[in-house]
Amino acid sequence: MRPRGRDTGWGIMDFGLSQEQVLLVDTVRRYLADNCPTSRVRSVMESETGHDGGLWAGLMELGVGALVVPESYGGLGAEFLDLALISEQLGSAAVPGPFLGHAMATLALVYAEDSELKKECLSALAGGEALATCAVAEPGDVWDHAAVASTVKDGKLSGRKTLVPYASAADWLLVVARDGDGPGLWLVDAGAAGMELRTLRGNDMTRRVESAEFSAVVCRRVGGVESLAKMRDAGLVLLAADSFGGAQRCLDMARDYALQRQQFGQVIGMFQAVKHQLANLAAELEPSMSLYWYAAHAYDRIPEDGPRHAALAKAYLSDLYDRAARDSTELHGGIGFTWEFDLHLWFRRSIFNRSYLGDSDYLRGRAADLAGW
Amino acid sequence: MDLRYSAEYEQFRGELRAFLDKNWTDEDRATLGGEEVLIGSISKPGERVTEFRIAAIEAGYLYRNVPRRWGGGGQPFDPLKSAIIREEFKRVRAPREMVGQGPSMLVFTLLAHGTEEQKERFIRDTLLGRILWCQGYSEPGAGSDLASLRSKAELDGDQWVINGQKTWTSNAAEADWMFALLRSEPDAPKHEGITYMLIDMSTPGIEVRPFRNIVGDSDFSEVFFDNVRVPKDSIVGARGEGWKVSRSTLKYERALIGDTDIARRTFDGMVMMARALERRGKPVIEDPVIRNRLVQLESRLLAAEFHSMRLLTMQARGEEALLAGMVPKLNSTQLSYDLGKAAMDVMGGGGSLAPGEPEAPAMGMFVTAYLWSLGVLIAGGTANIQRNIIAERGLGMPRDPVQKR
Repeated sequence: MRPRGRDTGWGIMDFGLSQEQVLLVDTVRRYLADNCPTSRVRSVMESETGHDGGLWAGLMELGVGALVVPESYGGLGAEFLDLALISEQLGSAAVPGPFLGHAMATLALVYAEDSELKKECLSALAGGEALATCAVAEPGDVWDHAAVASTVKDGKLSGRKTLVPYASAADWLLVVARDGDGPGLWLVDAGAAGMELRTLRGNDMTRRVESAEFSAVVCRRVGGVESLAKMRDAGLVLLAADSFGGAQRCLDMARDYALQRQQFGQVIGMFQAVKHQLANLAAELEPSMSLYWYAAHAYDRIPEDGPRHAALAKAYLSDLYDRAARDSTELHGGIGFTWEFDLHLWFRRSIFNRSYLGDSDYLRGRAADLAGW
Repeated sequence: MDLRYSAEYEQFRGELRAFLDKNWTDEDRATLGGEEVLIGSISKPGERVTEFRIAAIEAGYLYRNVPRRWGGGGQPFDPLKSAIIREEFKRVRAPREMVGQGPSMLVFTLLAHGTEEQKERFIRDTLLGRILWCQGYSEPGAGSDLASLRSKAELDGDQWVINGQKTWTSNAAEADWMFALLRSEPDAPKHEGITYMLIDMSTPGIEVRPFRNIVGDSDFSEVFFDNVRVPKDSIVGARGEGWKVSRSTLKYERALIGDTDIARRTFDGMVMMARALERRGKPVIEDPVIRNRLVQLESRLLAAEFHSMRLLTMQARGEEALLAGMVPKLNSTQLSYDLGKAAMDVMGGGGSLAPGEPEAPAMGMFVTAYLWSLGVLIAGGTANIQRNIIAERGLGMPRDPVQKR
């Protein structure tokens, strides 16, 4: 599936960011530089909830929650690419917190059938008054909604979910389940009777996950397959963007270290072995940004390419993140292997990014299916 | 981000299509149109092709960055228009600019450093393929370290006397002229003792010996110089400034950024082949390992394609590409290397059959691609040299002290 723009009458008018987007990225970057140094990342990740209300409120004030909510629902009606650009910045700064699940739930609602529920939720999400998350995975590494076992009967949800981001902090959980009509998405209120949450110890302490057990929990229908597919694809693209931001940060740290660390009487960046390891990483990383840009652009502009490019971008970029984090650690030598040095914050985020919403081989399998191979 | 052309560019496309309809007929397309030869030998075009090129230059569609005075299209820099021209010419298989080192390198060297007489004599005919060129750079002892070259030129009265050997010379047998780097100041430091020279290949004392490469073709030659005498005014730029003269063409290099077309053709062809071939009773494309590998390769290909769109946008906006502009060469050579290997694996046992063997899958064309991918890795600077460039100029690593010697 080749990109539009060659031989099709479409063209390469502008494969770049608008001035508004550049400004948005700068604003978020500056906010994070001022408010989320790694010392704060560490204190949040060592806290009980892993969620910093002040940091979150600051992001909401910048409009992060309202960005992709249509104006008719009280939002800013921006492109999905804008949100992906923010995800890159959050990945770059290793920002702890519930952004991913919240954004996925928001987009599920944006693409849900019209309802009172949609109206009520979206305006609260846009205003930053409510926090939402999504429950996709089921035990047995089930990510595919076609294989989901949780069921809804007479407005009551039963089943088991795992790897639910920030379930305890959320006001609403959007749960992938099925009823007589097939797979769909249902909303459960925090603290609903019959819901039992359990905190899981994760490798990435900047993105907390919990398991959720539902026994006939009252729920409300959000939407069908379209809505949950949009939720999934949003998550894939946001993870791809976060991976790019994190991988780039790992490369930057390795580059800075290579220019500063001296051995054998010279900076280690003078050695070709080091140069080539850095060059290989930079050469693969630099063009990969365009993969998430295109996937984000396709998400709302070229829907026939959306699902495939979301899967492909997440698989590729999260794999590259793993490599960047590990190469960077290796290039740092002993210091990189210490808890005190910050690099493992990104290394651990790469673990989450690779596994959440399905491993890379699984996603490449989906991309192959979607190509009609 | 907007992946459509604006009205202005669509109008340009419309005018271009009308031009092509009028000047490149269906009959031309059927009898003369074809895939451009990107690697391998060049040859002189026929009269009909030259006639078309002259019309296309006149209309400003070809050689846009060469002034009209010297036979070019003389148009302001506009990478989007260039991209549309490439698309439209490709669509009707109309002849584009001549390939080869004459039009892509020598012309820009002459524009920057040539005398009026050299420009008058060579540029127009080079653009039209009436003069074919070869490049005399590499020597047996001077590859990546090109500036260590030893073939020498000594001034004797009003003639230069040339002795030595060049190698890896493409199209030496077909070329009318060679542009060469020769050592003219033996006592100067290595970069400052080189002169850029134009040599008529029919001069007595030149011997061209083609040799076979690992693909089995004889596209390259060794060229020997035995007391070859050329006029004193054969040099471009000043004596001893040949290194700088040869480097300066970089800034004139055309808007060709890491062309991904060949990789795309190879990839699409490989998918077609994987659908058509069977292994153990099932189409190869249904093998999960092959599918996985194809998507991995496609991801890299798509990244390269989108990246070249991004670079084009940066050019159009007048932004400096920096690191982004340094990576396509390394990536495209690595990608063709890996695509070649994957194609061999798709073929399985059939991969052991030689190109041209009727029983070979796809007539063995992917075997040729596989073998050539090694040449591509080396040509124009080995992959390891590219890595040095990316690390030093792109990432700011200190320069290797060895390179300065």
